[in-house]
Amino acid sequence: MAKTETFQIRTEEAPLLPAPVSTTGLIGWMRQNLFSSISNTVLTVIGVIIAYWIIAPFVQFAFIDAIWTGEDRKACLPPEGSEGEHMGACWAYVKAYFPQFIYGRYPTDEIWRVNIVYVLFALLLVPLAMPSMPLKKLNSILFLGVFPIVAFVLLTGGNISISSYTWIFVALIAAVGVAIAAILSVAGGRDFNGVKPVLIGFVGTAVVLAIILGFVSANLGLSTVDTPVWGGLLVTLVIAVTGIVASLPLGIALALGRRSTMPIVRLVSVIFIEFWRGVPLITVLFMSSVMLPLFLPEGVTFDKLLRVLIGVTLFSAAYMAEVVRGGLQAIPKGQYEGAMALGLRFWPMMYLIILPQALKLVIPGIVNTFIGLFKDTTLVLIVGMFDLLGQIQSSFTDPTWSTPTQGHTGYLFAAMVFFVFCFGMSRYSIYMERRLHTGHKR
Amino acid sequence: MSKKILPLVLGAAMGVAATTAASATTLEDVKAKGFIQCGVSQGLPGFSNPDAQGNWTGLDVDLCRAMAAAVFGDASAVKFTPLSAKERFTALQSGEVDVLSRNTTWTMSRDTKLGLNFAGVNYYDGQGFMVRKDLGVTSALELSGASVCTNTGTTTELNVADYFRANNMPYEIVAFEKADEVVAAYDAGRCDVYTTDASGLYAQRLKLTNPGDHMVLSEIISKEPLGPVVRQGDDEWFNVAKWTLNAMINAEELGVSSANVDDMKSSDNPSIKRMLGVEGAYGEGIGLSNDWAYNVIKNVGNYEESFNANVGPDTPLGISRGVNALWSDGGFLYAPPVR
Amino acid sequence: MSVMEQDSAGAPARASLLNDPKVRGIFFQVVLIAVLVFVGYNIVSNTAANLERQNIASGWGFLENTAGFGIIQSLASYSETSSYGQALFVGFLNTLLVAIVGIFIATIVGFVVGIARLSDNWVISRLAYCYVELIRNVPLLLQIFFWYFAVLRAVPGKREKWSFFFDSFHLNIAGFRGPKPIWQDGASLIGIALIIAIVACIVIAQWARKRQESTGQQFPVFWTAVGLIIGLPLIMYFVTGMPMHLEHPVFVDTGPRIRQGFQLNVGFNLIPEFLALTAALSIYTASFIAEIVRAGIQAVSHGQTEAAHALGLRQSPTLRLVIIPQAMRVIIPPLTSQYLNLTKNSSLAVAIAFPDLVSVGGTVLNQTGQAIEIIGIWMAIYLTLSLVTSAFMNWYNQRMALVER
Repeated sequence: MAKTETFQIRTEEAPLLPAPVSTTGLIGWMRQNLFSSISNTVLTVIGVIIAYWIIAPFVQFAFIDAIWTGEDRKACLPPEGSEGEHMGACWAYVKAYFPQFIYGRYPTDEIWRVNIVYVLFALLLVPLAMPSMPLKKLNSILFLGVFPIVAFVLLTGGNISISSYTWIFVALIAAVGVAIAAILSVAGGRDFNGVKPVLIGFVGTAVVLAIILGFVSANLGLSTVDTPVWGGLLVTLVIAVTGIVASLPLGIALALGRRSTMPIVRLVSVIFIEFWRGVPLITVLFMSSVMLPLFLPEGVTFDKLLRVLIGVTLFSAAYMAEVVRGGLQAIPKGQYEGAMALGLRFWPMMYLIILPQALKLVIPGIVNTFIGLFKDTTLVLIVGMFDLLGQIQSSFTDPTWSTPTQGHTGYLFAAMVFFVFCFGMSRYSIYMERRLHTGHKR
Repeated sequence: MSKKILPLVLGAAMGVAATTAASATTLEDVKAKGFIQCGVSQGLPGFSNPDAQGNWTGLDVDLCRAMAAAVFGDASAVKFTPLSAKERFTALQSGEVDVLSRNTTWTMSRDTKLGLNFAGVNYYDGQGFMVRKDLGVTSALELSGASVCTNTGTTTELNVADYFRANNMPYEIVAFEKADEVVAAYDAGRCDVYTTDASGLYAQRLKLTNPGDHMVLSEIISKEPLGPVVRQGDDEWFNVAKWTLNAMINAEELGVSSANVDDMKSSDNPSIKRMLGVEGAYGEGIGLSNDWAYNVIKNVGNYEESFNANVGPDTPLGISRGVNALWSDGGFLYAPPVR
Repeated sequence: MSVMEQDSAGAPARASLLNDPKVRGIFFQVVLIAVLVFVGYNIVSNTAANLERQNIASGWGFLENTAGFGIIQSLASYSETSSYGQALFVGFLNTLLVAIVGIFIATIVGFVVGIARLSDNWVISRLAYCYVELIRNVPLLLQIFFWYFAVLRAVPGKREKWSFFFDSFHLNIAGFRGPKPIWQDGASLIGIALIIAIVACIVIAQWARKRQESTGQQFPVFWTAVGLIIGLPLIMYFVTGMPMHLEHPVFVDTGPRIRQGFQLNVGFNLIPEFLALTAALSIYTASFIAEIVRAGIQAVSHGQTEAAHALGLRQSPTLRLVIIPQAMRVIIPPLTSQYLNLTKNSSLAVAIAFPDLVSVGGTVLNQTGQAIEIIGIWMAIYLTLSLVTSAFMNWYNQRMALVER
């Protein structure tokens, strides 16, 4: 009998079996995330029901039953004889009113000016928002300094009459600068290099002011468009962007003031910040539309939009100050001490060392403040201005488009516009937060 | 001088010029800047309402255009500032607008306590009620227990309180900030009754989903003389406003309209001659050129033309002249003569 | 080093007054004060001149004058013959009511959604995420309009109704109605019983904690408290002979059509303006609270949960005793500012005719022209509310913080 040896040893590896169906793929995922226990299953079912309960009528209203084209309300009214149970959104109405929602009652022939402002805004903002783009400094100067003035002239038409007092005031600034420089060099014994910063500060300000004033008062052949005809998204953006751009320097000043060692400066900053943060925006708006005229001498008036802008700026400056303060506090003490050890004075220290770091840190905070302000611009409709929501609301009273679903459609459109803007910005803020976070991880 | 600095500093700091009016009279101011700044409503069909292109029309708007015509001979030399009920007096007091022509009721306290002057009445109104036809209500006295929608910050809110209290009827008041919201709430069925000036009811009814389902009750519960308002203490400008309105009314009475005003210049009627500046120099008295009234009638028309074009029976509002007819036709309109 | 010291000692540049930080500090502050005084003086003198020109008498005398207008909802007694001061007080109470109810609902919804966002269940956490992102990114005013104008059109008209709970609660466009308790003689005893019950609960809770600290024995404080607070007033209610009856709303559906529907001032009614405002405010604020709660819970390190599980605590005591107390410390400061935001946002009532402080104040402002006084009252009250709320929350925060060693 031949000895046969049988080895029960494997010479090759067993083939890998796929994981049980119940733990991978869609089913596995569902088992793990949706049906892991009885209570979880119940929750899933409830959740699906809630989702269906919300989504189904929405889809039905916004898409399935919606009416996309039409000339007037007849297109969107339920057909004769039906009870009108299934009435969808009347997008034809939004289409007809779309220009008004975007430009307000801005004269049709001049809308190209608004378009240029929109395009410039996007062209300057996008590279500024992308961290990888170069020339950040130039870009911010263009966006924060030059763009507002160009936009102002384009939108209003420029050609503002400026009284001689204003020119005298500008000249006065330059004169004060020269005077201080003179005092410093005589009494302080400084040479020209020692007084150069003072000269540049004052005379430079005066020159910049003069250029700006000259530009806005020049007659560029643009017809004047008064602010009462502005409306829609234009007003929303003007208020939100001006509010944020103007409140940034004010907010930085207040934040520095609040951390200042000078007791009176600190006290004034704290009172200012806490006052504006403690009152609702709507009372601020009422104040700017009813009380501000009382504060001015007889015969001096501000444009209504400008009054609202002043109120909004002061209001958001207080919030901005708190955001910036957070950034200042996040800078390690070593940075301050290092700057002081280098012999830097207060302003160079802030300008060269602290603020660049602090402001970078608070970009998400600034964006969040902007989101809040952007949403809050809707409040101006209460004081009778036509922002996007106000313009939509005022269109409800047009008998040509009056249907039972007009209101729903208009609000839905407004909600979608605001959602796209705000959600986009909040995504950006989260993205920046992550980016900045990794930069500081050791 | 020191008082001027603050706004200028503010204005300069913000890169925007603050409008500083010289402390001259309003008429000089207006002549210097080349247009009249006119305060109007935020949209009341028939009285002051912007169309989709932003052109303003209405009875109140016509009055401002007429003043521009009187001052400049050009009815388009006027800019409109839409004002809420809350802002209107402040805007006039502070000089933001030169004249307020915004369906404003002439009351004693407004005339005497706010530093304002009413330059006349361009529409005799009264507060009324609008209800749904299917309620079957025929008289305001049947409105006991009703909920009432109205605007806050107007005399209507007080009138309605007085009326229901005087008649011992319980009611519920829902007072909104803006007229559009009142209309929306009333249209949604929040209220049984919508109350405001009767002219306003006719105007706002156009904004309802089915205007035909609603009716205005015949009761008028208050006197609401509406008219243009100017600042107190500037008699020259006050006269311009007053006499522009008077010229429109007189023109109707004398049968002068924009169509025939050129022919009427050669009329034999001394009243017409004086009004159109052919005889005498009445324009000087109000600091204007002699053909001021001619310009008003030529560019804007007489009161009847303005009424019929904006609120009259052929317009969507369909309001009949009623008490707003000339005194000679049994109405209240009575303008002092030019002589 | 020594060279530098010598350098600075040798050069007298520091001696200049202009470079002395102290002198500079004083100089800047003097300039600041001068500017503030100048601006303040200008404002005051301009205002005084303007008021004089407009014949507006400043002062608080107008508060005594008769208001003359009606207010749709008042917690205090108010009629058209009441004074402006009373009208403002009614507005203030309405603001408080909206703020308190709104904060209560927003907190509950916010905590539920915040915890739901961390749920293992994918559907639930996604739903919560969508809720937060959708609500947070749409303006509050738009949501108020949506609730008031869009939802309002969907409920039955004035002459119809939806009824719930055995026909005792009703909803239609005129509001949410239910039975109103009418208290009779002896009802105050029930209130006293309730107060006694609450005091007893506090005493028992303290005793139970001491006992647990010394002996480790637990006492069912929660259920005792529930029993006391419900039971004691209930017993008193029967002892005093049931001194209360319910006033049901009266719905008329015959007769002239104008009289049909619910009768005014009978039963308990929440006006639609209140419902819309409270719904919008609490749902909006809840989306922010949810994020705060989520961040707070995530801030507690996972090791805490594991340690609690290792000690043998179940899921619910882990949450209740370990996670939430630690999370609260992170949650409370931002939660405070959300409460303040809700209170301030309640001023949007003015857009939908709910008579809150700003809305009533606006009416008074219009009738009297006393802009400065009215706006002053607004600012003062909101600032006070802000300060009181933050003081309370700071106190609470400190109590919570003491838990930390």
